[in-house]
Amino acid sequence: MEMTQQARPIEEVVAKYPKSREHLISILQEVQAEYGYLSKESINRISDYLGLPSSKIFGVATFYNQFKLSAPGRIQVAICRGTACHVKGSLNLLDNCRQLLGIEVGQTSKDGLFSLETVACLGCCSIAPAMMVNGRFFGRLDKKMLEELIEKWRAAGRVEE
Amino acid sequence: MSKVFIGMGTCGLATGAGQVKTAVEKWAAARAVKVEITATGCIGYCKAEPIMDVVTESGHRVSYSNVTPEVAGFILDEVLVRKNYSLDGLLGQFRNGKSPLPGIPLLDEHPYFKKQVKYVLRNCGVIDPESIVDYRTHGGFQGFEKALGMTREQVIQEITRSGLRGRGGSGFLAGKKWELALASKNEKKYVICNADEGDPGAFMDRSILEGDTYAVLEGMMIAGYAIGANEGIIYCRAEYPLAIGRIRKAINVLKAEGLLEKPVGASGFQFMLRIKMGAGAFVCGEETALMASVEGRRGMPRPRPPFPSVEGLFQKPTIVNNVETMANVSHIMREGAESFSCMGTQNSKGTKVFALTGKITNPGLVEVPMGITLREIVFDIGGGIPGGKAFKAVQIGGPSGGCIPAEHLDIQIDYESLKSVGTIMGSGGLVVMDEDTCMVDMARYFLAFITSESCGKCIPCREGTQRLFEILDSIVSPYSRMADETENLLRFNRVLNMEGLAQVIKDTSLCGLGQSAPNPVLSTLRFFREEYEAHIYDRKCPAHQCKGLLTYSIDTNACTGCTLCAKKCPTAAIVGEKKKAHYIVDEKCIRCGTCLDICRFTAVTVN
Repeated sequence: MEMTQQARPIEEVVAKYPKSREHLISILQEVQAEYGYLSKESINRISDYLGLPSSKIFGVATFYNQFKLSAPGRIQVAICRGTACHVKGSLNLLDNCRQLLGIEVGQTSKDGLFSLETVACLGCCSIAPAMMVNGRFFGRLDKKMLEELIEKWRAAGRVEE
Repeated sequence: MSKVFIGMGTCGLATGAGQVKTAVEKWAAARAVKVEITATGCIGYCKAEPIMDVVTESGHRVSYSNVTPEVAGFILDEVLVRKNYSLDGLLGQFRNGKSPLPGIPLLDEHPYFKKQVKYVLRNCGVIDPESIVDYRTHGGFQGFEKALGMTREQVIQEITRSGLRGRGGSGFLAGKKWELALASKNEKKYVICNADEGDPGAFMDRSILEGDTYAVLEGMMIAGYAIGANEGIIYCRAEYPLAIGRIRKAINVLKAEGLLEKPVGASGFQFMLRIKMGAGAFVCGEETALMASVEGRRGMPRPRPPFPSVEGLFQKPTIVNNVETMANVSHIMREGAESFSCMGTQNSKGTKVFALTGKITNPGLVEVPMGITLREIVFDIGGGIPGGKAFKAVQIGGPSGGCIPAEHLDIQIDYESLKSVGTIMGSGGLVVMDEDTCMVDMARYFLAFITSESCGKCIPCREGTQRLFEILDSIVSPYSRMADETENLLRFNRVLNMEGLAQVIKDTSLCGLGQSAPNPVLSTLRFFREEYEAHIYDRKCPAHQCKGLLTYSIDTNACTGCTLCAKKCPTAAIVGEKKKAHYIVDEKCIRCGTCLDICRFTAVTVN
């Protein structure tokens, strides 16, 4: 998800989809993958492309949890709040994370490095509590591990292999 | 050439399977030997991940658990060079028709696997999910070919005879659903595979999609033939990138092999498959909401009838089946209805896959025959509760289900028995809870989930669950947060209406999500009423989980005045002089537990 190359113009991103509402969600997903989020500008351009009112697109974009309407950080931390993770203390983990990053859920840090979100369930319940960071999964977490990981990423400015 | 298998499902990768693979490659390069590495799906024993299997010179496949990059080379040296198989982390050997290696236990006799029956999961963790050749050697596409040689009615009859019921939660007979769709006459029909596994605490579908991708697609092709559909759509949630990648690859391979988008067999059956990524909405697991989402709209359910089998996606007849159902179909077609119906109980045939998680010694994916008792799953397979804690309950069926307390541990797992204790089979999430879990907190957790996932279409669900959540929230609020005495009385008033409100939501909501939303509350009320009473009357949380009701204090006799807690307290709620006992200012305390964790003199207590 780290944007290494220049993003393509939006028309190029959506061109492979036929101009039909059926493809709206796929288009939004593709645009978000390219730009990291859905800007007002993007929504208006998609509206022109599909010939669908912006309000309808906004309605769909806000309905689904996946879509972000503001720019996320370069490192996107998503703490799993599934049942198994909850039982294993993910709420405390989330609190720790908020303190460590100094941001609330849904916010991006001032330097644009971290953003924090929660996710309903990552589906790796057997290694709960878990989180996903830039598409990578981390499991069997505790406060100490979380601290170490975040310090490491903060120092490196990115998620290291 | 030596063969190595590494479990590289999402959980395997999260615990370091990728690094193990690199270590094996390095080992091979250093010794200039050829090693064929196969990345398999998840075998289900997640506690033991990363798992690596090595094929011995004699052709036996031996499995090792918790393999780290550091020990991978050592295992390979021992197994392949020194022929020593009894190593730390040995799980056992696969049964492969040959006489087993002496002194090495069989994998299927391992306590975790012994009571399991692998029907739908048979290939997961065993084959290379990306290889159609491997799938074929394990009987792949024989079911599809067999189906093509039968009439549509015969195929449906076979599925009906097997007794297969929808594995997504509703338990509707799959064959019956197909029959209705076949009876709907239309040029265009759809088969949808519901892979939007939104239930928190469930990952059966992910494992099947990652570990046996082709079996799901084959099931869809059989379903397509049976109902006369020419298009199939897999609606998979975006949180499963690995599964999505594998499905995409598999569809391309099937196209290249001429099984898709070209007439197949004597009947000239032609089918196309595509994948649609979900965007994170729990309600899209409901079939009419799912179809709205595929059409590019907000995923909101609509009243039924008309049922999807008559008027579904784009107003065409459609069947929606869950991943596990589809995968079962391909095995049932190949091996016949009896292979499935010989397992299980009178009305619940076959096996069911459960995601066993929470406070359990062996978390993972288990497949058991219907009719097994909950006790066997939790204690014999799952190994019981870790740390010597007491078992409290199991949450089954996710946010739509309920809990089963210790007194019902001997309940049989089948659709009807579970209903009798006020819960449902659901899709297969089994979250085990021990004495440290607060049941009121669990009910509140599920309601918080439902309020954020309710689509907002019907009022009982949108407003009712919100009010229900507020009631639970007031139950876990401390007296100090009440503005005045009126608020305190209101709290009791709300509590008195709680059960009634739950019942109204249940009776009047439009779709399954709303109708089942109060289940966690009703079920915990039924079995753990005394916990609610402790919260309501005594304002105490017996399990010490509800933060609002906890009071942190420092034992002045034990406190040495080391000041560590005062320094670490994020809200400066701890005061005291150096080398003198410290105190916690309750109004400032946010109940984060930092002081409790760091105190070296166990002076901090929580009540």
